[in-house]
Amino acid sequence: MANILVIAEHAEGKLNAAVSKTLAAAAKIGGDVHVAVLAADGAAVAEQAAKLDGVAKVLVVNNAANANPVAAVLAPQIAELAKNYSHVLFPGTTFGKDLAPRVAAKLDVAQVSDVMAVHGANSFDRPTYAGNAITTVETPAGTVVATVRLASFTAVGAGGSAAVETVSVSAAVPSHTRFVKLEAQKSERPDLQSANRVVSGGRALGSSENFKVIFDFADKIGAGVGASRAAVDSGYVPNDMQVGQTGKIIAPELYFAIGISGAIQHLAGIKDARTIVAINKDPEAPIFEVADIGLVGDLFQVVPELTGKV
Amino acid sequence: MKALVSVKRVVDYNVRIQVKSDGSGVVTDGVKHSMNPFDEIAMEEAVRQKEKGKITEIVAITIGGDKNEETLRSALAFGADRAIHIKEAGDVQPLTAAKAFAAVMKKEGAQVLFTGKQAIDDDANQTGQMVASLLDIAQATFASKVELDGAKATVTREVDAGLETLEVDLPAVITTDLRLNEPRYLKLPDIMKAKKKPIETVSFADLGVTAAAGLKTTKTAAPAGRSKGVMVKTTDELIAALKGKGLL
Ligand SMILES: Cc1cc2nc3c(=O)[nH]c(=O)nc-3n(C[C@H](O)[C@H](O)[C@H](O)COP(=O)(O)OP(=O)(O)OC[C@H]3O[C@@H](n4cnc5c(N)ncnc54)[C@H](O)[C@@H]3O)c2cc1C
Ligand SMILES: Nc1ncnc2c1ncn2[C@@H]1O[C@H](COP(=O)(O)O)[C@@H](O)[C@H]1O
Repeated sequence: MANILVIAEHAEGKLNAAVSKTLAAAAKIGGDVHVAVLAADGAAVAEQAAKLDGVAKVLVVNNAANANPVAAVLAPQIAELAKNYSHVLFPGTTFGKDLAPRVAAKLDVAQVSDVMAVHGANSFDRPTYAGNAITTVETPAGTVVATVRLASFTAVGAGGSAAVETVSVSAAVPSHTRFVKLEAQKSERPDLQSANRVVSGGRALGSSENFKVIFDFADKIGAGVGASRAAVDSGYVPNDMQVGQTGKIIAPELYFAIGISGAIQHLAGIKDARTIVAINKDPEAPIFEVADIGLVGDLFQVVPELTGKV
Repeated sequence: MKALVSVKRVVDYNVRIQVKSDGSGVVTDGVKHSMNPFDEIAMEEAVRQKEKGKITEIVAITIGGDKNEETLRSALAFGADRAIHIKEAGDVQPLTAAKAFAAVMKKEGAQVLFTGKQAIDDDANQTGQMVASLLDIAQATFASKVELDGAKATVTREVDAGLETLEVDLPAVITTDLRLNEPRYLKLPDIMKAKKKPIETVSFADLGVTAAAGLKTTKTAAPAGRSKGVMVKTTDELIAALKGKGLL
């Protein structure tokens, strides 16, 4: 039977919602599921993790060096914990993507990136070529190290009450990497990765001032806000809003692509959206090939009109 | 300071990917290939750091068959001083690639390795981190700004929450994100000059590397398609359509 260790991502004492989706993938594999919280003081985070369905135990590793999520510091500790497990799973966030390969290399095993379906303890589907080719892979002997594609799994419930155990590890942590700062975008809007509705704007917006039409509409319908790479590169909005192959992969119920052409790299981020609405002035724009509902028109006219009417 | 830059030959990002009907993989024969876009950014960064006097020598490095020479020639045209071709045909996965790059890093005494954050064919996003792990050195992934300063580097990283800054001691591995820079267009004189620059050819055996056990791909399939949608003409129709689906 599988013994699965899920690595908890957290910040400022709050467990990241991605962990719950990672647990959903763990549940598909089946077996005993433990969550590891590495922190300066992990008590509060462990308490949240202990409530998630399917968790049998929460391990807490307290160490001042774990105050910020530095992969080089966390990896040797996780590699040591991994000795007791058949699987180590990470959320497919920038945290997990940075950290998992560092652990896999320590364990000398291949890694499965972006698990989107589980066929068994050693067989998984994962996307390649910006999601244009889905491969089924089998892992070799040894610990299975994987990151989980969040858009492919639904968060588990929070009706559990797992035991919390503080453990110590002896692995030496390096001092060659020092956290300096995090400039986080504070936003009152729903989080892009868990929002039910997302409105994204593209290059067509033309400036950060003009992006207001997107924000106004999003706020009216209670949506999170995303953007194409072109909009981010042009400086209209910050990087953490990029949706796509190399940005965030999202799966909202409702997605609006506004003034976005529909490049394959952008589509890679929205394939799992339930309903895609495209607004574009070019009837030939590729976004209309994937849109469930399309409207040809000038966004600067259409979007304020929508904001007024919904 | 010597820098290594890994450059992978991949199917060009503009190509529409075709999955083979027998599920054995994607069509790559006769398809345009080019340098992985993130590796172009890595090359550009190394060259800019050299222009600023922070780096003295740039060595481009690739793993793959004969055709990877084209990729190395592009890297040399960008401004690499020389190149190393690890000639190994067939599927080379991140852990094996990382072992080879770690071996070269050591042999060359390089202070920094620039890799792309991910190769756009396997979309693994693993190799750079694995090299750093194998060598027990620092890593700064998804870089959008790099300042090299003697024995250390200050790197701004694109993370889900925003921008994170790390300070790392060298040697280190830095993986590039999209906004680090905009790669230059290669000019003909540079392409001509690149033809005369040296490429050294080595094998895994020469580097003392044995291929690690990798993932076995048992099937490759096209993603589930989306069914054709409807076009509406007015915002009222759009709102009605959304209400009809229970979405508003
Ligand atoms: C390695 C790599 C990774 C990448 N990763 C990503 C990624 O993660 N995410 C991503 O988004 N892109 C990514 N890209 C970039 C991608 O290829 C496209 O360049 C980008 O998505 C284009 O953004 P856009 O649709 O906003 O701009 P454009 O392609 O310029 O499209 C603008 C659209 O707006 C329409 N328009 C203009 N004016 C109006 C108006 N007034 N009203 C309505 N419509 C209007 C136009 O008809 C056009 O269709 C990546 C590229 C590479 C090479
Ligand atoms: N065969 C290869 N040849 C050259 N560079 C590679 C190779 N494989 C991986 N890399 C480097 O590692 C980065 C990340 O690749 P991956 O981990 O496969 O997504 C790429 O952007 C390249 O810089």
